[in-house]
Amino acid sequence: MSAPLLEARGLVKSFGDNRVLRGIDVAVPAGSVTCLIGPSGSGKTTVLRSLNGLETPETGTVRVGDVELDWSTRPDARAVARLRGQSGMVFQAHNLFPHLSVLDNVTSGPVFAQGRPKAEAQEEARALLERVGLADKADSFPVQLSGGQQQRVGIARALATRPEVVLFDEPTSALDPELVGEVLQVMQSLAAEGWTMVVVTHEMRFARQVADQVLFLDGGVVVEQGPPSEVLVEPREARTRQFLQRLLDPL
Amino acid sequence: MNAIDWDLVRSSLGPLFEGLVRGTLPLTAVTFALGLALALLVALMRLSGNWLVSAPARFYVSVIRGTPLLLQLFIVFFGLPALGLTLDPWPSAIIALSLNVGAYASEAVRGAILAVPRGQWEAAMTVGMGRVTTLRRVVLPQAARIAVPPLSNTLISLVKDTSLVSTILVTELLRRAQEIAAPSFAFFTLYGVAAVYYWVVCLVLSFGQTRLETKLSRHVAV
Repeated sequence: MSAPLLEARGLVKSFGDNRVLRGIDVAVPAGSVTCLIGPSGSGKTTVLRSLNGLETPETGTVRVGDVELDWSTRPDARAVARLRGQSGMVFQAHNLFPHLSVLDNVTSGPVFAQGRPKAEAQEEARALLERVGLADKADSFPVQLSGGQQQRVGIARALATRPEVVLFDEPTSALDPELVGEVLQVMQSLAAEGWTMVVVTHEMRFARQVADQVLFLDGGVVVEQGPPSEVLVEPREARTRQFLQRLLDPL
Repeated sequence: MNAIDWDLVRSSLGPLFEGLVRGTLPLTAVTFALGLALALLVALMRLSGNWLVSAPARFYVSVIRGTPLLLQLFIVFFGLPALGLTLDPWPSAIIALSLNVGAYASEAVRGAILAVPRGQWEAAMTVGMGRVTTLRRVVLPQAARIAVPPLSNTLISLVKDTSLVSTILVTELLRRAQEIAAPSFAFFTLYGVAAVYYWVVCLVLSFGQTRLETKLSRHVAV
Protein backbone atom coordinates (compact mmCIF):
# COMPACT_ATOMS: atom_id res chain seq x y z
CA MET A 1 0.00 0.00 0.00
CA SER A 2 1.24 3.49 -0.81
CA ALA A 3 1.99 6.00 1.93
CA PRO A 4 -1.08 7.80 3.32
CA LEU A 5 -1.72 11.33 2.00
CA LEU A 6 -1.91 12.70 5.52
CA GLU A 7 0.00 11.36 8.46
CA ALA A 8 0.34 12.65 12.01
CA ARG A 9 2.53 10.93 14.59
CA GLY A 10 2.88 11.35 18.32
CA LEU A 11 0.96 14.63 18.69
CA VAL A 12 1.26 15.98 22.24
CA LYS A 13 -0.35 19.23 23.35
CA SER A 14 -1.20 20.86 26.66
CA PHE A 15 -3.27 23.89 27.55
CA GLY A 16 -1.60 24.94 30.79
CA ASP A 17 -1.62 21.89 33.08
CA ASN A 18 -4.29 20.21 31.00
CA ARG A 19 -2.74 17.66 28.66
CA VAL A 20 -5.29 17.48 25.83
CA LEU A 21 -3.32 15.33 23.36
CA ARG A 22 -1.28 12.45 24.78
CA GLY A 23 0.39 11.03 21.68
CA ILE A 24 -2.03 10.87 18.77
CA ASP A 25 -1.35 9.03 15.50
CA VAL A 26 -3.56 9.57 12.47
CA ALA A 27 -3.08 8.19 8.95
CA VAL A 28 -5.43 9.22 6.15
CA PRO A 29 -5.14 7.52 2.74
CA ALA A 30 -5.76 9.67 -0.34
CA GLY A 31 -9.40 9.85 -1.34
CA SER A 32 -10.69 8.54 1.97
CA VAL A 33 -12.91 9.98 4.68
CA THR A 34 -11.80 9.87 8.30
CA CYS A 35 -14.22 10.77 11.08
CA LEU A 36 -12.97 11.82 14.51
CA ILE A 37 -15.56 11.19 17.20
CA GLY A 38 -15.53 11.40 20.96
CA PRO A 39 -16.94 13.28 23.94
CA SER A 40 -16.31 17.00 24.32
CA GLY A 41 -12.85 17.61 25.73
CA SER A 42 -11.57 14.40 24.16
CA GLY A 43 -9.14 16.38 21.99
CA LYS A 44 -10.70 15.68 18.60
CA THR A 45 -10.96 19.32 17.55
CA THR A 46 -7.42 19.99 18.81
CA VAL A 47 -6.16 17.10 16.67
CA LEU A 48 -7.91 18.54 13.63
CA ARG A 49 -6.52 22.03 14.28
CA SER A 50 -3.05 20.58 14.71
CA LEU A 51 -3.20 19.18 11.18
CA ASN A 52 -3.11 22.73 9.73
CA GLY A 53 -1.25 24.53 12.49
CA LEU A 54 -4.15 26.48 14.00
CA GLU A 55 -2.95 24.74 17.16
CA THR A 56 0.73 24.17 17.79
CA PRO A 57 1.45 20.82 19.43
CA GLU A 58 4.57 20.60 21.61
CA THR A 59 5.85 17.48 19.89
CA GLY A 60 4.87 15.20 17.06
CA THR A 61 5.00 15.39 13.29
CA VAL A 62 2.40 16.19 10.67
CA ARG A 63 2.82 15.43 7.00
CA VAL A 64 0.33 16.33 4.27
CA GLY A 65 1.40 15.31 0.78
CA ASP A 66 5.07 16.29 0.50
CA VAL A 67 5.03 18.94 3.24
CA GLU A 68 6.17 17.71 6.62
CA LEU A 69 6.47 19.54 9.92
CA ASP A 70 8.18 18.43 13.11
CA TRP A 71 6.50 20.40 15.89
CA SER A 72 9.31 19.76 18.36
CA THR A 73 11.62 21.96 16.23
CA ARG A 74 9.31 24.96 16.83
CA PRO A 75 8.74 25.67 13.14
CA ASP A 76 8.49 29.33 12.11
CA ALA A 77 5.37 30.97 10.72
CA ARG A 78 6.46 30.38 7.13
CA ALA A 79 6.84 26.62 7.63
CA VAL A 80 3.45 26.43 9.34
CA ALA A 81 1.90 28.42 6.48
CA ARG A 82 3.33 25.93 4.00
CA LEU A 83 1.67 23.05 5.85
CA ARG A 84 -1.56 25.01 6.16
CA GLY A 85 -1.57 25.59 2.40
CA GLN A 86 -2.03 21.86 1.89
CA SER A 87 -5.49 21.80 3.45
CA GLY A 88 -8.77 23.68 3.44
CA MET A 89 -10.95 24.08 6.51
CA VAL A 90 -14.66 24.29 7.23
CA PHE A 91 -15.48 25.76 10.64
CA GLN A 92 -18.29 25.05 13.06
CA ALA A 93 -19.29 28.74 12.99
CA HIS A 94 -18.61 29.03 9.21
CA ASN A 95 -16.47 32.18 9.76
CA LEU A 96 -17.43 33.63 6.39
CA PHE A 97 -16.17 37.16 5.73
CA PRO A 98 -19.30 39.28 6.36
CA HIS A 99 -18.12 42.28 4.32
CA LEU A 100 -17.56 40.23 1.14
CA SER A 101 -20.14 38.79 -1.24
CA VAL A 102 -20.53 35.02 -1.49
CA LEU A 103 -18.47 35.01 -4.69
CA ASP A 104 -15.71 37.15 -3.13
CA ASN A 105 -15.66 34.85 -0.09
CA VAL A 106 -15.00 31.88 -2.36
CA THR A 107 -12.34 33.68 -4.41
CA SER A 108 -10.65 35.21 -1.34
CA GLY A 109 -8.07 32.42 -1.08
CA PRO A 110 -7.23 32.12 -4.80
CA VAL A 111 -7.12 35.90 -5.40
CA PHE A 112 -5.85 37.46 -2.15
CA ALA A 113 -3.54 34.64 -1.05
CA GLN A 114 -2.56 32.65 -4.13
CA GLY A 115 -2.48 35.60 -6.52
CA ARG A 116 -4.42 33.82 -9.22
CA PRO A 117 -6.14 35.91 -11.94
CA LYS A 118 -9.48 37.19 -10.72
CA ALA A 119 -11.49 36.20 -13.80
CA GLU A 120 -10.23 32.64 -13.70
CA ALA A 121 -10.83 32.37 -9.94
CA GLN A 122 -14.35 33.70 -10.32
CA GLU A 123 -15.16 31.20 -13.03
CA GLU A 124 -13.92 28.39 -10.83
CA ALA A 125 -15.79 29.83 -7.81
CA ARG A 126 -19.05 29.87 -9.75
CA ALA A 127 -18.55 26.23 -10.63
CA LEU A 128 -17.91 25.44 -6.95
CA LEU A 129 -21.04 27.35 -5.91
CA GLU A 130 -22.98 25.36 -8.48
CA ARG A 131 -21.42 22.27 -6.97
CA VAL A 132 -22.81 23.10 -3.49
CA GLY A 133 -26.17 24.15 -4.94
CA LEU A 134 -25.77 27.91 -4.51
CA ALA A 135 -25.14 29.17 -8.04
CA ASP A 136 -27.87 31.79 -7.63
CA LYS A 137 -26.35 33.21 -4.40
CA ALA A 138 -23.03 34.44 -5.82
CA ASP A 139 -23.91 38.11 -5.33
CA SER A 140 -25.59 37.70 -1.93
CA PHE A 141 -23.87 38.52 1.33
CA PRO A 142 -23.42 35.93 4.09
CA VAL A 143 -25.95 37.63 6.37
CA GLN A 144 -28.67 37.04 3.77
CA LEU A 145 -28.20 33.25 3.80
CA SER A 146 -29.54 30.50 6.04
CA GLY A 147 -27.13 28.63 8.30
CA GLY A 148 -27.02 25.67 5.95
CA GLN A 149 -26.32 27.89 2.96
CA GLN A 150 -23.60 29.73 4.86
CA GLN A 151 -21.93 26.44 5.69
CA ARG A 152 -22.09 25.32 2.06
CA VAL A 153 -20.40 28.60 1.02
CA GLY A 154 -17.79 27.77 3.67
CA ILE A 155 -17.23 24.42 1.95
CA ALA A 156 -16.89 26.10 -1.46
CA ARG A 157 -14.40 28.58 0.02
CA ALA A 158 -12.35 25.73 1.49
CA LEU A 159 -12.28 23.87 -1.86
CA ALA A 160 -11.35 26.98 -3.87
CA THR A 161 -7.68 26.86 -2.89
CA ARG A 162 -7.48 23.35 -4.38
CA PRO A 163 -6.33 21.70 -1.14
CA GLU A 164 -5.02 18.16 -0.82
CA VAL A 165 -7.21 17.55 2.24
CA VAL A 166 -10.37 19.21 3.55
CA LEU A 167 -10.74 19.48 7.32
CA PHE A 168 -14.24 19.81 8.80
CA ASP A 169 -14.62 20.98 12.40
CA GLU A 170 -18.12 19.95 13.55
CA PRO A 171 -19.64 21.49 10.40
CA THR A 172 -23.25 20.82 11.42
CA SER A 173 -23.13 21.32 15.19
CA ALA A 174 -24.23 24.97 15.06
CA LEU A 175 -27.09 24.35 12.62
CA ASP A 176 -30.80 23.98 13.19
CA PRO A 177 -31.66 20.28 12.84
CA GLU A 178 -33.60 20.71 9.59
CA LEU A 179 -30.55 22.34 7.93
CA VAL A 180 -28.08 19.60 8.83
CA GLY A 181 -29.08 17.35 5.93
CA GLU A 182 -28.21 19.76 3.11
CA VAL A 183 -24.67 20.19 4.46
CA LEU A 184 -24.11 16.46 5.03
CA GLN A 185 -25.37 15.72 1.51
CA VAL A 186 -22.79 18.06 0.01
CA MET A 187 -20.07 16.43 2.13
CA GLN A 188 -21.22 12.98 1.09
CA SER A 189 -21.04 13.90 -2.60
CA LEU A 190 -17.55 15.36 -2.11
CA ALA A 191 -16.49 12.06 -0.58
CA ALA A 192 -17.94 10.23 -3.56
CA GLU A 193 -15.93 12.50 -5.87
CA GLY A 194 -12.77 11.38 -4.16
CA TRP A 195 -11.89 14.34 -1.91
CA THR A 196 -9.74 13.41 1.06
CA MET A 197 -11.60 14.52 4.17
CA VAL A 198 -11.05 14.58 7.92
CA VAL A 199 -14.27 15.28 9.78
CA VAL A 200 -14.85 15.99 13.46
CA THR A 201 -18.51 15.20 13.96
CA HIS A 202 -21.29 13.99 16.22
CA GLU A 203 -23.33 12.80 13.23
CA MET A 204 -23.03 9.04 13.68
CA ARG A 205 -25.22 8.23 10.71
CA PHE A 206 -22.92 10.28 8.46
CA ALA A 207 -19.90 8.48 9.92
CA ARG A 208 -21.58 5.10 9.37
CA GLN A 209 -22.45 5.79 5.76
CA VAL A 210 -19.55 7.90 4.51
CA ALA A 211 -16.44 7.29 6.60
CA ASP A 212 -13.75 4.85 5.55
CA GLN A 213 -12.33 4.91 9.04
CA VAL A 214 -13.48 6.18 12.40
CA LEU A 215 -11.21 7.24 15.26
CA PHE A 216 -12.76 7.32 18.71
CA LEU A 217 -10.86 9.71 20.99
CA ASP A 218 -11.17 10.09 24.73
CA GLY A 219 -8.87 11.82 27.19
CA GLY A 220 -6.38 12.82 24.52
CA VAL A 221 -5.72 9.33 23.14
CA VAL A 222 -7.16 7.29 20.26
CA VAL A 223 -9.11 4.65 22.15
CA GLU A 224 -10.23 2.71 19.13
CA GLN A 225 -10.05 2.98 15.37
CA GLY A 226 -11.17 1.07 12.32
CA PRO A 227 -13.91 0.95 9.73
CA PRO A 228 -17.27 2.29 10.95
CA SER A 229 -18.78 -1.18 10.71
CA GLU A 230 -16.46 -2.18 13.54
CA VAL A 231 -16.00 0.93 15.69
CA LEU A 232 -19.59 2.13 15.51
CA VAL A 233 -21.38 -1.22 15.31
CA GLU A 234 -19.28 -3.67 17.29
CA PRO A 235 -16.91 -1.58 19.39
CA ARG A 236 -14.27 -3.55 21.31
CA GLU A 237 -13.64 -0.94 23.98
CA ALA A 238 -15.99 -0.31 26.88
CA ARG A 239 -15.44 3.46 26.62
CA THR A 240 -16.52 3.47 22.97
CA ARG A 241 -19.64 1.45 23.80
CA GLN A 242 -20.45 3.84 26.63
CA PHE A 243 -20.07 6.90 24.39
CA LEU A 244 -22.23 5.46 21.61
CA GLN A 245 -24.83 4.37 24.14
CA ARG A 246 -25.06 7.93 25.48
CA LEU A 247 -25.54 9.33 21.97
CA LEU A 248 -28.27 6.79 21.25
CA ASP A 249 -30.07 7.32 24.51
CA PRO A 250 -29.20 10.70 26.07
CA LEU A 251 -31.68 10.22 28.93
CA MET B 1 -27.35 98.60 25.37
CA ASN B 2 -28.21 95.52 23.37
CA ALA B 3 -26.08 92.45 24.12
CA ILE B 4 -26.15 91.51 20.46
CA ASP B 5 -25.18 93.97 17.75
CA TRP B 6 -27.02 92.57 14.72
CA ASP B 7 -25.26 94.84 12.23
CA LEU B 8 -21.98 93.54 13.53
CA VAL B 9 -23.29 89.97 13.25
CA ARG B 10 -24.11 90.58 9.58
CA SER B 11 -20.82 92.24 8.77
CA SER B 12 -18.78 89.61 10.62
CA LEU B 13 -20.43 86.57 9.02
CA GLY B 14 -18.18 86.80 5.98
CA PRO B 15 -14.82 87.27 7.72
CA LEU B 16 -15.60 84.56 10.28
CA PHE B 17 -16.66 82.20 7.48
CA GLU B 18 -13.30 82.87 5.90
CA GLY B 19 -11.62 81.97 9.20
CA LEU B 20 -13.63 78.75 9.19
CA VAL B 21 -12.92 77.60 5.62
CA ARG B 22 -9.32 78.85 5.44
CA GLY B 23 -8.29 77.99 8.97
CA THR B 24 -10.43 75.64 11.02
CA LEU B 25 -11.63 73.25 8.32
CA PRO B 26 -8.33 72.64 6.46
CA LEU B 27 -6.50 72.31 9.77
CA THR B 28 -9.08 69.75 10.93
CA ALA B 29 -8.94 67.80 7.67
CA VAL B 30 -5.15 67.68 7.44
CA THR B 31 -4.55 66.79 11.08
CA PHE B 32 -7.31 64.17 11.12
CA ALA B 33 -5.87 62.48 8.03
CA LEU B 34 -2.33 62.53 9.43
CA GLY B 35 -3.62 61.52 12.87
CA LEU B 36 -5.50 58.53 11.44
CA ALA B 37 -2.46 57.27 9.56
CA LEU B 38 -0.41 57.65 12.73
CA ALA B 39 -3.17 55.96 14.76
CA LEU B 40 -3.17 52.89 12.51
CA LEU B 41 0.60 52.59 12.78
CA VAL B 42 0.55 53.01 16.57
CA ALA B 43 -2.37 50.59 17.00
CA LEU B 44 -0.54 47.90 15.01
CA MET B 45 2.64 48.56 17.01
CA ARG B 46 0.74 48.16 20.28
CA LEU B 47 -0.75 44.88 19.06
CA SER B 48 2.68 43.51 18.20
CA GLY B 49 3.91 40.63 20.27
CA ASN B 50 7.37 42.19 20.23
CA TRP B 51 7.99 44.29 23.35
CA LEU B 52 10.50 46.52 21.56
CA VAL B 53 7.78 47.48 19.10
CA SER B 54 4.82 47.83 21.47
CA ALA B 55 6.60 49.71 24.27
CA PRO B 56 7.37 52.92 22.30
CA ALA B 57 3.76 53.02 21.09
CA ARG B 58 2.50 52.58 24.65
CA PHE B 59 4.82 55.37 25.86
CA TYR B 60 3.67 57.76 23.13
CA VAL B 61 -0.03 57.22 23.90
CA SER B 62 0.62 57.61 27.61
CA VAL B 63 2.51 60.91 27.25
CA ILE B 64 0.05 62.49 24.80
CA ARG B 65 -3.03 61.49 26.76
CA GLY B 66 -1.38 62.48 30.02
CA THR B 67 -0.58 66.11 29.10
CA PRO B 68 -2.78 69.05 28.02
CA LEU B 69 -3.12 69.71 24.30
CA LEU B 70 -2.44 73.41 24.94
CA LEU B 71 0.86 72.48 26.56
CA GLN B 72 1.74 70.24 23.61
CA LEU B 73 1.10 73.18 21.25
CA PHE B 74 3.28 75.47 23.36
CA ILE B 75 6.12 72.95 23.49
CA VAL B 76 6.15 72.63 19.70
CA PHE B 77 5.81 76.35 18.97
CA PHE B 78 7.55 78.07 21.89
CA GLY B 79 9.69 75.22 23.23
CA LEU B 80 11.36 73.63 20.22
CA PRO B 81 13.22 76.82 19.25
CA ALA B 82 15.30 76.22 22.40
CA LEU B 83 16.51 73.04 20.67
CA GLY B 84 17.28 75.03 17.55
CA LEU B 85 14.06 74.04 15.76
CA THR B 86 11.88 77.04 14.94
CA LEU B 87 8.61 76.32 13.18
CA ASP B 88 5.98 78.65 11.76
CA PRO B 89 2.54 78.68 13.39
CA TRP B 90 0.85 76.46 10.80
CA PRO B 91 3.43 73.63 10.79
CA SER B 92 3.51 73.80 14.59
CA ALA B 93 -0.26 73.52 14.76
CA ILE B 94 -0.38 70.59 12.31
CA ILE B 95 2.37 68.69 14.14
CA ALA B 96 0.92 69.14 17.62
CA LEU B 97 -2.68 68.40 16.65
CA SER B 98 -1.76 65.36 14.52
CA LEU B 99 0.30 63.88 17.34
CA ASN B 100 -2.60 64.46 19.71
CA VAL B 101 -5.26 62.97 17.44
CA GLY B 102 -2.97 60.04 16.63
CA ALA B 103 -2.78 59.00 20.27
CA TYR B 104 -6.53 59.14 20.95
CA ALA B 105 -7.51 57.60 17.62
CA SER B 106 -4.99 54.76 18.03
CA GLU B 107 -6.96 53.48 21.01
CA ALA B 108 -10.16 53.48 18.95
CA VAL B 109 -8.42 51.66 16.10
CA ARG B 110 -6.78 49.15 18.43
CA GLY B 111 -10.10 48.39 20.12
CA ALA B 112 -11.79 47.94 16.74
CA ILE B 113 -9.11 45.53 15.51
CA LEU B 114 -9.42 43.50 18.71
CA ALA B 115 -13.21 43.41 18.31
CA VAL B 116 -12.99 41.51 15.01
CA PRO B 117 -13.62 37.87 15.98
CA ARG B 118 -10.68 35.48 16.13
CA GLY B 119 -12.46 33.15 13.72
CA GLN B 120 -12.00 35.74 10.98
CA TRP B 121 -8.22 35.59 11.40
CA GLU B 122 -8.33 31.79 11.40
CA ALA B 123 -10.53 31.60 8.30
CA ALA B 124 -8.23 34.00 6.45
CA MET B 125 -5.18 31.97 7.46
CA THR B 126 -6.75 28.68 6.32
CA VAL B 127 -7.33 30.07 2.81
CA GLY B 128 -3.65 31.00 2.73
CA MET B 129 -3.50 34.66 3.72
CA GLY B 130 -0.56 35.95 5.75
CA ARG B 131 -0.79 38.54 8.52
CA VAL B 132 -0.59 41.61 6.29
CA THR B 133 -3.11 40.33 3.72
CA THR B 134 -5.46 39.27 6.50
CA LEU B 135 -5.29 42.73 8.05
CA ARG B 136 -5.86 44.48 4.76
CA ARG B 137 -8.54 42.25 3.24
CA VAL B 138 -10.39 40.86 6.24
CA VAL B 139 -9.73 42.59 9.56
CA LEU B 140 -9.39 46.31 8.75
CA PRO B 141 -12.54 46.50 6.58
CA GLN B 142 -14.50 45.09 9.51
CA ALA B 143 -12.62 47.14 12.10
CA ALA B 144 -13.47 50.31 10.13
CA ARG B 145 -17.16 49.83 10.85
CA ILE B 146 -16.53 49.25 14.55
CA ALA B 147 -14.24 52.29 14.76
CA VAL B 148 -16.65 54.82 13.23
CA PRO B 149 -18.43 55.91 16.45
CA PRO B 150 -15.28 56.46 18.55
CA LEU B 151 -13.41 58.08 15.64
CA SER B 152 -16.35 60.40 15.03
CA ASN B 153 -16.01 61.49 18.63
CA THR B 154 -12.34 62.20 18.03
CA LEU B 155 -13.08 64.17 14.86
CA ILE B 156 -15.77 66.30 16.50
CA SER B 157 -13.48 67.03 19.44
CA LEU B 158 -10.74 67.95 16.98
CA VAL B 159 -12.91 70.56 15.22
CA LYS B 160 -13.22 72.40 18.52
CA ASP B 161 -9.67 71.71 19.69
CA THR B 162 -8.33 73.52 16.63
CA SER B 163 -9.47 76.73 18.38
CA LEU B 164 -6.50 76.31 20.71
CA VAL B 165 -4.10 77.14 17.88
CA SER B 166 -5.39 80.74 18.04
CA THR B 167 -2.92 81.03 20.93
CA ILE B 168 0.02 80.43 18.59
CA LEU B 169 -1.10 83.01 16.03
CA VAL B 170 -2.78 80.73 13.50
CA THR B 171 -5.67 82.61 11.93
CA GLU B 172 -8.68 80.36 12.24
CA LEU B 173 -12.28 80.88 13.31
CA LEU B 174 -11.73 81.82 16.95
CA ARG B 175 -8.78 84.10 16.25
CA ARG B 176 -10.74 85.94 13.55
CA ALA B 177 -13.52 86.46 16.09
CA GLN B 178 -11.02 87.83 18.63
CA GLU B 179 -9.49 90.16 16.06
CA ILE B 180 -12.83 91.58 14.96
CA ALA B 181 -14.19 91.88 18.51
CA ALA B 182 -11.16 93.55 20.05
CA PRO B 183 -11.61 97.16 18.76
CA SER B 184 -15.32 97.31 19.68
CA PHE B 185 -15.30 95.01 22.72
CA ALA B 186 -18.27 93.17 21.09
CA PHE B 187 -17.06 89.88 22.43
CA PHE B 188 -20.50 88.43 23.13
CA THR B 189 -21.63 89.00 19.55
CA LEU B 190 -18.51 87.72 17.83
CA TYR B 191 -17.97 84.71 20.08
CA GLY B 192 -21.67 83.92 19.68
CA VAL B 193 -21.35 83.85 15.90
CA ALA B 194 -18.20 81.72 16.15
CA ALA B 195 -19.99 79.29 18.47
CA VAL B 196 -22.82 78.88 15.95
CA TYR B 197 -20.30 78.15 13.19
CA TYR B 198 -18.58 75.44 15.28
CA TRP B 199 -21.92 73.95 16.19
CA VAL B 200 -23.13 73.80 12.58
CA VAL B 201 -19.92 72.06 11.49
CA CYS B 202 -20.35 69.46 14.23
CA LEU B 203 -24.02 68.95 13.30
CA VAL B 204 -22.99 68.22 9.73
CA LEU B 205 -20.31 65.79 10.93
CA SER B 206 -22.81 63.98 13.21
CA PHE B 207 -25.13 63.61 10.25
CA GLY B 208 -22.26 62.21 8.18
CA GLN B 209 -21.45 59.77 10.97
CA THR B 210 -24.98 58.38 10.94
CA ARG B 211 -24.90 57.98 7.17
CA LEU B 212 -21.54 56.23 7.28
CA GLU B 213 -22.65 53.86 10.05
CA THR B 214 -25.72 52.90 8.05
CA LYS B 215 -23.63 52.32 4.94
CA LEU B 216 -21.03 50.18 6.68
CA SER B 217 -23.59 48.13 8.59
CA ARG B 218 -25.58 46.97 5.58
CA HIS B 219 -24.02 43.50 5.51
CA VAL B 220 -24.05 42.93 9.24
CA ALA B 221 -26.68 41.01 11.14
CA VAL B 222 -28.47 43.21 13.67
